Amino acid sequence: MMNFNVNGKAYQVDVEPEMPLLWVLRDHLGLTGAKYGCGISACGSCTVLVDGAAVRACGVRAGELAGKKIVTIEGLGQDGLHRIQQAWIDHQVPQCGYCQTGLIMSVAALLAKHPKPTDADIDRDITNLCRCGTYPRVRAAIHALAGD
Amino acid sequence: MTTTQTTMKRRDFLKVSATAAGALALEFCLPVATARAAPQAGVTEVNAWIVIHPDDRVVIRIARSEMGQGTFTALAQLVAEELDCDWAKVSAEFASPNEHIRRNRIWGSMSTGGSMGVRTSQDYVRKAGASARAMLVGAAGRRWNVPAAECLADRGIVTHPPTGRKLRYGELAAEAAKIPPPQDIKLRDPKDWKIAGKPVHRLDIPDKVMGKPVFGVDVALPGMLHASIAQCPVFGGKLKNVEAKDALAMRGVKNVVKQGDFVAVIADSWWRADQALQKLDIEWDEAGHGGIGNAEIDAMLRQGLDVTGLPKARETGNVDAAFADVGQVAKVIEAEYASPYLHHATMEPMTCTAWFKGDGSLEVWTSTQDGEAALHEAAAASGLPPERIEVHKMMLGGGFGRRGFPQDFVGQGVKIAKAMPGVPVKLMWSREEDMRHGYYRPASLVRMKAGLDQQGRLVALRAKAACPSILKALIPRAMRDGIDFTAVLGLADMPYTVPHQRVEYAVRNGHVPVGFWRAPGQQNGFYRECFIDELAHAAGQDPLAYRLAMLAADDKDRLILEATARAAGWGTPPPPGQHRGLAVMSGFGSFAAAVAEVSVSATGQLKVHRVVVGVDSGHVVNPDTCRAQAESNVVYGLGPVLYQEINIRNGRVVEANFNNFRLPRIAEMPKVDTVLAPTGGFWGGHGEPAILPVAPAVCNAIFATTGKRVRSLPLSHHELRRPDSA
Ligand code: FES
Ligand code: FES
Repeated sequence: MMNFNVNGKAYQVDVEPEMPLLWVLRDHLGLTGAKYGCGISACGSCTVLVDGAAVRACGVRAGELAGKKIVTIEGLGQDGLHRIQQAWIDHQVPQCGYCQTGLIMSVAALLAKHPKPTDADIDRDITNLCRCGTYPRVRAAIHALAGD
Repeated sequence: MTTTQTTMKRRDFLKVSATAAGALALEFCLPVATARAAPQAGVTEVNAWIVIHPDDRVVIRIARSEMGQGTFTALAQLVAEELDCDWAKVSAEFASPNEHIRRNRIWGSMSTGGSMGVRTSQDYVRKAGASARAMLVGAAGRRWNVPAAECLADRGIVTHPPTGRKLRYGELAAEAAKIPPPQDIKLRDPKDWKIAGKPVHRLDIPDKVMGKPVFGVDVALPGMLHASIAQCPVFGGKLKNVEAKDALAMRGVKNVVKQGDFVAVIADSWWRADQALQKLDIEWDEAGHGGIGNAEIDAMLRQGLDVTGLPKARETGNVDAAFADVGQVAKVIEAEYASPYLHHATMEPMTCTAWFKGDGSLEVWTSTQDGEAALHEAAAASGLPPERIEVHKMMLGGGFGRRGFPQDFVGQGVKIAKAMPGVPVKLMWSREEDMRHGYYRPASLVRMKAGLDQQGRLVALRAKAACPSILKALIPRAMRDGIDFTAVLGLADMPYTVPHQRVEYAVRNGHVPVGFWRAPGQQNGFYRECFIDELAHAAGQDPLAYRLAMLAADDKDRLILEATARAAGWGTPPPPGQHRGLAVMSGFGSFAAAVAEVSVSATGQLKVHRVVVGVDSGHVVNPDTCRAQAESNVVYGLGPVLYQEINIRNGRVVEANFNNFRLPRIAEMPKVDTVLAPTGGFWGGHGEPAILPVAPAVCNAIFATTGKRVRSLPLSHHELRRPDSA
């Protein structure tokens, strides 16, 4: 049995320590907000927060998470919409939406570190792939969140 | 009756029609007896498209699929516009494919592709809205005992102005449903639109930002198992032998399914299934294709170009005589252009969940661009009659043509679940499987020959294209006299007034599967518009002026090119260090042009700073979604320019994942300025047209910057370093 703290709740799951966090979340905890896109930490669709940092859930193993606080898109806005989600609606960011939960979590980590990110900060930290090409709106929404 | 249906071949149900504009209408028609849907308690179906709740909430049923393009919202806007309901109370849901066939295909086409969602259903969805409105007004008239003509409908309320009486749609729906639909329906002039034509917020976005389970891969059912699949890596091959002992002994593994050209492992989580899949010892029969690589494919295409007497897609004037006559052709310019196979790479891999239930029925959940085609595929794979199958259409994590036709992943999902009767099984392809089992954009090779007169005017043009034919591979009877119109798009329908033209096509289908990749034929835009740019430079003329001189005053290509060039400031100095290139091309019912601003560093680093992209789609149903589609097309078009390619070695695809099939990131994304310039009078698409001019505009700008003419993509094979740099 392994213990996880996800979105402020304690979970006990019978999984092997090598199982990537992504599959613990999706198939064992029923939290499907984090998506599988590549499984090799290349796309960011599976991004969640681990102790506040953006982490690609496909690249971190269940056994590495003891005592760590995991936040997924389902737990981002505790009482309804998080301000990033609201900005995403205001700027009509998503198209297919598949990569968006990962993007939103990456942006949450970016804004926690840099409340007023420059374009260079965005280019460096937001490396998530979006096949639909929502990038111009992602950038605009981040700047709006920073009050630019 | 049902046996005949299920044993009929897929193509018997496939209805194909090519429209004048070169669009391909592709849809499945399953012949099934008419039946009415069971009414839902408490709510009223006014007609197939519109359900009204007592509290005035309106649910609009959408037959096309939502893959990010915004059709879900745009079609709802068109219905709501004519219905005159309160947009704030509108929600939308997907129409049921099962109900669709039981009700004699009541929702028209479910096929989603070719940028056709709005343009080919706008008429009947608007009529559905207008008809329901008339029925609601009629019901109010009956209730008040006044002529319907004296009543007005607005924002979900019917009023009788002479007496000031009012009734809400929610109060009228049940009676309205009993009124016969009107025969004569007059649709509103777009200039009077109140809901359509406006940048209303998309209906699907709130769920998408919350991470609510909406995609095919997110399906969760009680007791559901998961499957990972390995398909024969060499196209056309099949399974020879599998040693599954080790895999079957692994934790959580329930079954190993062997079928034709694939093997799948079923387990209690996808990761466990996939881990076990890696442990299988698989022997494939490569069908003799194991020796084919890029070189063999290139040779196949090149051989096509050397053949004489190819089928002609266009013949105007007398090309041979013009080239032979020095009085007409003073200068001949020839060039060869090429591009590789490309993969769709939807962010959500192919997926299908299937559940053979105890009562002999089958339920399927999938991300499909055609719910009806998915239903038919499920019927063929299960042996069940379509009436016993329901397909639940999920949101698509991207489609771009991959999830339209064929529905291979649905057939697999059904066959895999069949091995576990009574248990739902969710199949999801790994990214590597997805990358290596696509229906790729055809690789192609085009040879162009132009004759210019003394003044540099283009008087004769010959284009010979060699590439695999999507239609021959997937829908052979849609070929016309040896021509696949998707292979000659932009060449056979070139808008420039050139007196002598010939376009020939060599069908060369290898063993690599080809399919409809966003804007099929769009590589021809790169060839044609870069070659025209070459001619403009050879003639010593401005690329815009050169094109305009060959476009009639009222030509819509001309209008969108002018509008886009104006918005981009063509003719004014570009930002320091940058150069501009432009292109125009029409397709998918619309007209599109682009101006790219790029710079190339001394070390050869390309930066695309800005793309101004213009689209004339006749009418615009949601300007914000149309802008989003233009932005999407810019980045989708940029990847193949920069680095995307699918290479073949040993009969299989070399690329495996996003590490070697790269997608542009936010840092590489240019600024996009979208020019929506609808000229009215027609309905064009938005999902694809804007991609058409992107690659040539960027490559023409590269020429303006470096003097290097890029004639094959991607750029990763080219050295852009400026000759003057050390
Ligand atoms: S699935 Fe984890 S980065 Fe792509
Ligand atoms: S919105 Fe579709 S992949 Fe990003």
